[in-house]
Amino acid sequence: MQTHKREVVSYMVSETTVPPPVPKDWSRRHLLGLEDLSAGELTTILDTAQSMRDAMASGRKKIPVLTDKTCVNLFFENSTRTRTSFALAARRLGADTVDFSASTSSLSKGETVIDTAKNIEAMGVDAVIVRHRTPGTPQLLAQNLNAAVVNAGDGPHEHPTQGLLDILTIRQRRGGIKGLTVALVGDIAHSRTARSNIWGLKTLGAHVIVCGPSTLVSPRWEELGVEYSYSLDEIVPRVDVLNLLRIQFERQTTRPFPSVREYAHLYAMNRERLARAKKDLLVLAPGPINRGVEVTPDVADGPHSAILEQVTNGLAVRMAVLWLLLGGEK
Amino acid sequence: MPRIMIQNGRVIDPSQGIDRVANLLIEDGKIAGLDVKDSKTDETIDAAGRIVAPGLIDMHVHLREPGGEEDETVASGTAAALAGGFTSIACVPNTDPPIDSKGVVEFIRSQAVKAGNANVFVIACASHNREGKELAEIGQLVQAGAVAFSDDGSPVADAELMRRVLEYCLMFDKPVLSHAEMPELTERGVMHDGLTALILGLPGIPPAAEDVMTTRDIALAESTGGRLHMMHVSTGGSVDAVRRAKARGVRVTAEVTPHHFTLTDECLRTFDSNFKMNPPLRGQGHVTGCIDGLKDDTIDVIATDHAPHAKEKKMQELDRAPFGIVGLETALGLVVTKLIEPGHLDWSTALAKMTINPARILGIPKGTLAVGADADVTIIDPEVRWTVDPAEFRSKSVNTPFAGWELHGRAETVLVGGQVKFRRA
Repeated sequence: MQTHKREVVSYMVSETTVPPPVPKDWSRRHLLGLEDLSAGELTTILDTAQSMRDAMASGRKKIPVLTDKTCVNLFFENSTRTRTSFALAARRLGADTVDFSASTSSLSKGETVIDTAKNIEAMGVDAVIVRHRTPGTPQLLAQNLNAAVVNAGDGPHEHPTQGLLDILTIRQRRGGIKGLTVALVGDIAHSRTARSNIWGLKTLGAHVIVCGPSTLVSPRWEELGVEYSYSLDEIVPRVDVLNLLRIQFERQTTRPFPSVREYAHLYAMNRERLARAKKDLLVLAPGPINRGVEVTPDVADGPHSAILEQVTNGLAVRMAVLWLLLGGEK
Repeated sequence: MPRIMIQNGRVIDPSQGIDRVANLLIEDGKIAGLDVKDSKTDETIDAAGRIVAPGLIDMHVHLREPGGEEDETVASGTAAALAGGFTSIACVPNTDPPIDSKGVVEFIRSQAVKAGNANVFVIACASHNREGKELAEIGQLVQAGAVAFSDDGSPVADAELMRRVLEYCLMFDKPVLSHAEMPELTERGVMHDGLTALILGLPGIPPAAEDVMTTRDIALAESTGGRLHMMHVSTGGSVDAVRRAKARGVRVTAEVTPHHFTLTDECLRTFDSNFKMNPPLRGQGHVTGCIDGLKDDTIDVIATDHAPHAKEKKMQELDRAPFGIVGLETALGLVVTKLIEPGHLDWSTALAKMTINPARILGIPKGTLAVGADADVTIIDPEVRWTVDPAEFRSKSVNTPFAGWELHGRAETVLVGGQVKFRRA
């Protein structure tokens, strides 16, 4: 399998070629989502991330290839892990990072998001990493800025680096993506992680199932080549990977299920369900996880779980993305 | 006043069933006759190859004044109307303050007279202060000149109040204009609840939000005998509901906007807020439903829902950007390009929906070239090809999704009360 071969190659690269040069045919200035990335582009990011990951695993703390660049974290929604991960990724590449948080900004004084971003850009910023509650805001900024824009989550639309790190984790554990059956379980309606995973996994040849209560899982996913199911019990025996999504209480207008207890009863990944799964089932969770709601502690902390590997891969993916967007000859 | 002869144009007046080449004589600001041979005119307008129609009427315009003058004023909105071929417009009352007092009605009418562009008819609030709690002072608003009543921008959510509005307007023989939307079904909604919303993760506005309210208002009109007009119909379900109600004899009429018969929700793939309007752009099935409704006259009127918003308001995150687009200066071109040329409507039927039909619904003496009528005339070049350039708009706002579109057909000369008010350079 081609993806597998590429991975093996990336394990053998020497320190001096980390990161691999930005491919000549790489034309992206921004990373706004995974929906319109080709299999080749996805593989380029994953291979680059793998080389970053391998270099770090071999003890390298810094890969100072972006020392003349500045990245700003422009976060209009709260985030701890993604923000930290992007900041660390930039610093490991030698770039300067600035944090901008909406609560302390002039946004509360009525400035528009475009003006805010343009002001920050005018200070000489090369990449704007944006998180926002509203789908399309990264696109709006990309249309109005010269800097590279990286979407770090726009409402329920996309969270491309999360999708990439989930896919990288699967690829490491299973050697490839093609032919796997991957189920995303939970609040599909409000999940940007679900959407980014769906596009990336489908493009790389996986069969994707979305599973959750009928108020959060639209049958129309079928029109996009995605299987839908309301029953975790039915799909558990036939999936290779389960990605357990957090219930996004903050984005829901009315409660889409009667109680957390009922949700956990129907959809929590627990020991009983694990017993009916394939022996090599891989369990992912983008976190922060609600223990006891989406997943019970024995599963989250057990051998099937790759939750902590996801965090490490997140750093590698973000380094790869910054390198590909800023490291090429423009 | 000058005697004007409009010569050799194809005169189409749906109010009289006229569609033939003729000379139209205007005298003292009134239509003086067709086929007149008269050499004593002060001015002759050659309309060979042109269509001579009653001045177009747009019964759904947001003029924004008072309170939203950064978006539009009575003067700029009526100038845009003329450029679009409209000689009369009706403005809706969601201004600040809203049009719910004689003073505001009179203010708008006097601003319109001062501007001296198109005629302005005032639609006043159905409920006091547009709060949806109690009746507006409809009788006094009628005295001040209001021609219809509506809380447009919002529905009258309370069914009992809507029943009272329909009943109360009966004694003045005024129509009630309904913005059909169930608020609890559209909370936070940004776009049509369809496949595109699913992909983009944007909160959806389901068609049922409109259908349920349309059906409710029809039931209330049926039980009260009131005159109901459904504004900006956007769903196949609402078209069906109106069709069935008309067959039963309910006094209901309906309008669609040009954007609802030309665009679909897929346009929002670009995240461009110029595709954000309420009701939202729907799927192709609904667009087809609206066109079918236009074809079988279930839909009586084409109205723009001209909703200007200053650039800084529209250039925001999609959930913050306000709903609505400007429409006065693109409506006629879209009707010609998207309804007449593909054969959905003939000229006479299309013009009826932009002249005599809205005039009859509003009860205003407009929309006809009958002898003695006000000489409001729109001369249309049906062949001209032109590209929509927002920089040329007379409107103060440029929030259009049609920038760069090539359209066919445009108003060339526009007369209001026998005076040439607009002539394209």
